[in-house]
Amino acid sequence: MKPILNSPDLPYCRGCGHSLIAKGTAKALEALGIQPADVIIVTDIGCHGIIDRCLNTHTVHGLHGRSVALGAGIAMGLDNPDKEVIVFIGDGGSTIGLQHILEAARLNLDMTVVVHNNMLYGMTGGQSSGLTPRDFKTVFPESGNPYESYDLCALLVSQGAARVSRIAGTGDLSSHLQEALSVRGFSLIEVVEVCPGYGVKFNPGRNLREIIATSGKPAGKWENQRESFVYPRGTKTEDLLGDLRFIDQTNDPVAPFSLALVLSGSAGEGVQVAARLLACAAVGAGYHVALKGNYPVTVGVGFSSAELVISDRPAGSHDTEIPGVVVVTSGDGLSHIRKRIAGMKKGMLFIDSSLPVPETGSDIYSHDFRSAGARSASLYALLVFLKTTGYIPVEAVFRAIRDQGYDKKVQTGRLRSLIGC
Amino acid sequence: MKKVLIDGSCIVTEAMARAGADAFIGYPITPANLLYQYAGRRFPLMIPAPDEITVVQWMSGLSACGRIPATATSFPGFALMLESINMAFMMELPMIIILVQRLGPATGTATCGAQGDITLLRGMISGGHQLPVLCPSGFTDCWKLGALSVSISAGLRSPVIFLTSKEMMMTVRSFDTDKLGILKPVKRVFYQGDDPYKSYQPAENGIPPFLPVTSSRWQVRLNASTHDNEGILQHSTPGALDNTRRLDQKAVSRLPEYTFFDLDEQDGACTIIMSYGITSAAAGEAVAAIRKRGIRVSLLVAKTLFPVPDKYYEILDRYERVVIAEENINAQYARILFGARLPERVIVAGSIGKMVRRDEIIKKVISPL
Ligand SMILES: Cc1ncc(C[n+]2csc(CCOP(=O)(O)OP(=O)(O)O)c2C)c(N)n1
Ligand code: SF4
Repeated sequence: MKPILNSPDLPYCRGCGHSLIAKGTAKALEALGIQPADVIIVTDIGCHGIIDRCLNTHTVHGLHGRSVALGAGIAMGLDNPDKEVIVFIGDGGSTIGLQHILEAARLNLDMTVVVHNNMLYGMTGGQSSGLTPRDFKTVFPESGNPYESYDLCALLVSQGAARVSRIAGTGDLSSHLQEALSVRGFSLIEVVEVCPGYGVKFNPGRNLREIIATSGKPAGKWENQRESFVYPRGTKTEDLLGDLRFIDQTNDPVAPFSLALVLSGSAGEGVQVAARLLACAAVGAGYHVALKGNYPVTVGVGFSSAELVISDRPAGSHDTEIPGVVVVTSGDGLSHIRKRIAGMKKGMLFIDSSLPVPETGSDIYSHDFRSAGARSASLYALLVFLKTTGYIPVEAVFRAIRDQGYDKKVQTGRLRSLIGC
Repeated sequence: MKKVLIDGSCIVTEAMARAGADAFIGYPITPANLLYQYAGRRFPLMIPAPDEITVVQWMSGLSACGRIPATATSFPGFALMLESINMAFMMELPMIIILVQRLGPATGTATCGAQGDITLLRGMISGGHQLPVLCPSGFTDCWKLGALSVSISAGLRSPVIFLTSKEMMMTVRSFDTDKLGILKPVKRVFYQGDDPYKSYQPAENGIPPFLPVTSSRWQVRLNASTHDNEGILQHSTPGALDNTRRLDQKAVSRLPEYTFFDLDEQDGACTIIMSYGITSAAAGEAVAAIRKRGIRVSLLVAKTLFPVPDKYYEILDRYERVVIAEENINAQYARILFGARLPERVIVAGSIGKMVRRDEIIKKVISPL
């Protein structure tokens, strides 16, 4: 069997804890009889990340703090329990990428994360990280870290990680790593270790066991019984286009016109449905249509408007800035469109009779649209508009209601009697 | 004839899925939410991520396994993705990022369209490298370019940006689905050589054959740091810098294979209108109206925005005047084409908060005459 490491010479400073992890991981994989080609090691940016040149496994060397998310994507894509995804990350990487670790644990992806917690950012010169213990000295603050560190393990256990452990990074680590690697699902092992380059230099006389003992983050092992990640396939369609409702077109002659219409009312009052039904009716009558909805981000309150272009030619640029027809069914709708109504030098304004008629150059048609009830006012207003102008037969709207499956939602009978057909 | 009411999001999602994109990672953002919704119904694998950095990292992992993932976002999400897209570019991982533009800066107006991310896209890769940016000008483009973005991404081993705007993805239009041709899934050929695989050893076409990390035969090394052709990190060895130079040329050298545009030239015209994406419909209408007045004018609709095809200069150089219509107020594509100080012959019709109108373009063409 090919060894996991391709060289006994590792690229770290003498005495660096990262070496013990690399050797321990290799020994653990070999003890488990796993071939290098069945292992994907994802490394982060940080001193630990320079290991990949020494590995015979697949290696993926990504960005600072993102290796867990990258490994998570690989775990999702593999869908193969015979492959091992191992992620190497530092304490710095695991705070900038904390969300990624939580997410992989939450989904219980089948992967093993090895946190190289040397209690500081090694590669950038020994600065403190979120996992630096209180009072531990780093390049800054030199007098010792004044803040409490994260308990990464406790955090992950509380969020349901299948297996989490914290160990001191001394001696042969392979048995601990072997245990972590044997978990089906998400496991994380935090190896607390020293960085001779900076940690030892700034904290003379301290040793690892004492630091761990006084940090309040003890060594240990924690588990949650979980099923490993399975993708819920759910209901998938094979063809979005096939799921669309086709609109039957009549053979009636198509009168040439291009109309920009804005329907403006209140959220929750059926504005978008009414506009869609008019659009279907127009298509059924042989016209081209473009329709866009317009509403505040809070979709359930305030105005709701629909901008529609109906034309005997392809609707092209969907220009409704100066509409030919405006239909207003509520006060919200009027406030939203008032300025544009004022700018109209011609055209038609259909407005509910309860509303004040604004300044405009368009012809005004005032009507009690709301007598159809708030939820039907928009559709009723559009029917009144069609009956008044004859652009499209009113019957085409009723056909659209039926063909598009709205007959249960729309009070067809009541609308018919109001409109008188 | 099969008339339906449909939006561009539906067409793009279906096209990409048919072309072989098989995973979608989503994070909600207006105006890209319809794509998220459709992808959930259509893609074999669709997983919601907790943020956009995760989105591209997960996509990269999936891509490393041989899948072709896609996502859809708008500027705020795209900004978070940038470093990770650089990673995917450097690792040479296929994936499609649909960028649905909205009005900025920052959160701007989520429900207002725009074409304001053009400058950003030109400079999005550190080092000034380029990746393909395709921009549909209508529903048939959504279909064709949607599918092509998948095959180009796989063929080029590169992320591809499918650049669009709110109106293209959200406005519902009557459309005849018979106009959409048949799409076939991209056939991916992975490395089959008998020599150990080198992840970044280019074939004759400058593109390294791909091998997923699922391979049990050969070791695969992917690397986002400066690396040699084996994928091993280097500071700045000649081999590693050669690899970075190759990356710089990769998208550019294959550009003729994915230079897409529509050209409608009129004999004797001195002016050409150039546009792209959502503004090209108004540009087309302007051309028709100007010609009706007996004035000669040509139209170029760019669909491959980046790298900028030489072909565009070849065409534009034939005209005394170039009117560029785009939905921003700082002539973004115009300045990329012609420099920060626009020559006098280049005139721009721009807009924010609303689409560029046909009449505004006509005015730019006609008034100085
Ligand atoms: C987004 C980003 N921010 C900052 C950096 C700079 N950087 C490189 S390595 C590193 C810290 C590494 O520390 P750690 O993860 O603890 O690993 P160690 O070097 O200690 O092994 C930082 C901040 C970076 N590469 N990317
Ligand atoms: S600087 Fe510290 S973490 Fe980096 S290799 Fe040296 S000892 Fe290890």
